[in-house]
Amino acid sequence: MSHVTTLIPPSPPPPAEARPYTLQRFLGSVTLGIWLALSVGLFLTIVNGWDPEKFARYGPNFLSGLGVTLTLVGSSIVLGALLSLPIAAARMSNNKFASWAAYIYIYLFRGTPLITQLFLIYYGFGSFRPELEALGLWWFFRDAWNCALFAFVLNTAAYQAEILRGAINSVPRGQHEGAAALGLSKRIAFYRIILPQAMIVALRPYGNEIILMIKGSAIVAIVTVFDLMGETRRAFSRTFDYQMYLWAAVLYLMMVEILRNLWNWLEQRLTRHLKR
Amino acid sequence: MSGLFAAISSAIGWVLSIIDPFCGPLGVFTWLAGGSLLACGDTGWGDEIAQGFLVTASLAIATLPLGLAMGFFVALAKRSAEPQLRLAANIYTTIFRGLPELLTLFIVYYGLQILVQQALAAIGYEGPIEINTFAAGMIALGVVFSAYCSEVLQSAFQAIPRGQYEAGAALGLRPGQTMRKIILPQLVRIALPGLGNLWMALLKDTALVSVIGLSDILRQTGIAARVTKQAFEFFGIACLLFLVLALISSIVFAAIERRFNRSEVRR
Repeated sequence: MSHVTTLIPPSPPPPAEARPYTLQRFLGSVTLGIWLALSVGLFLTIVNGWDPEKFARYGPNFLSGLGVTLTLVGSSIVLGALLSLPIAAARMSNNKFASWAAYIYIYLFRGTPLITQLFLIYYGFGSFRPELEALGLWWFFRDAWNCALFAFVLNTAAYQAEILRGAINSVPRGQHEGAAALGLSKRIAFYRIILPQAMIVALRPYGNEIILMIKGSAIVAIVTVFDLMGETRRAFSRTFDYQMYLWAAVLYLMMVEILRNLWNWLEQRLTRHLKR
Repeated sequence: MSGLFAAISSAIGWVLSIIDPFCGPLGVFTWLAGGSLLACGDTGWGDEIAQGFLVTASLAIATLPLGLAMGFFVALAKRSAEPQLRLAANIYTTIFRGLPELLTLFIVYYGLQILVQQALAAIGYEGPIEINTFAAGMIALGVVFSAYCSEVLQSAFQAIPRGQYEAGAALGLRPGQTMRKIILPQLVRIALPGLGNLWMALLKDTALVSVIGLSDILRQTGIAARVTKQAFEFFGIACLLFLVLALISSIVFAAIERRFNRSEVRR
């Protein structure tokens, strides 16, 4: 009969295996080095080319441009959300005609670039000036900002209608049936049961749509609206200083990143009851 | 020999002029718009717009392989075990997904100009430098496309179970072979809908290159609109042409998806 007479003395854990120096590691160091070099270069160009006069002159312009961008995006998202409701309702209705009309609207606005829609409205409506003046609408279409807002609202309404439809359709049939079994009316079932679930599904696409709008809004600079991009182009055309574009890039990146992180937090918060 | 090439290219040109969907003998503009502003030749804008259509389509088609290849490698880098590589790839996508496409285009266009100018000045050439707008557009759109593409491919990679790699290793395939023969075919099938959306976005983003002066659909119709003062008609035609491109792509994508999903079980 054998039994243990001595205990193995406690010993430190075996040393961690040295990670081999792989190609991936090399590539990672190189690419990270490139990013580091770029950011240092960016910092140095900003420090070397720092011109208090230029900053004092164009800094406020950039801020007002930022304000214009945010106002434009905010109001077009809100108005587009309102407009998307009837479009989504028509798209999902049993009426063949309404459904087709909504489908054609959505296809038209999602299938063509935003910039052509903007040109069509800004330059194209200008050729109907007599008719628009007769209708008393010319004051609206005369202004580039209004045209941009109009084009953006129409465009984002098409996208948001599709988001809404997808979200509502994603709620399983059982939920409708369950509501009916509880004796809830269609209306209450929709607002209390279907819509809250659909909105959670729609949250992420809505966030993406807002980000797309922020990025897409840069094109209004071409039709003489002085948003962030417009101010950047104006400053660049006066100074020929490449830094202007880099400043705009930093501002746009900050906007998008803040929104993205906010949205992640919002999604975490709203779906915490779904976590296991 | 050069005579042969000239003959071949002239023959190709002749064939193309016959099947040209806009200004050929059976073209849309020839049949429907003869005598109007859209006529082909010197009297109308048909041939200019057809040229713009060609530029837009070829820019998108030329950007696609570039963006796909870059996106694939960025996606691989994001899946790497090496934290440094992952971080670098994530910085890349964060930057190029966050920047407006128009700004990326300007940064690439003017940045390239400055870079080339400085490089040439270093070797002693001081002269005006013109960057090819097609190349600049291709790089800018390709970079943006690759950033989005890497996200799509990364989520497709996550949908492929580990067992597939292990099975490849068990069969004695090298990692590269496993990737090519086992992973890629499944990856394409999973990523195809997402890539289709990205292609549509790319097609729409090509309209932006008109801003830096490439004569695509939008620029050509814009010139026509300015000259003829019929902005609504010409920008309407630009919208229609983009719709035609979208329609063609959705048909092609449906066909590709059918082809790649042959192996799926019908339920």
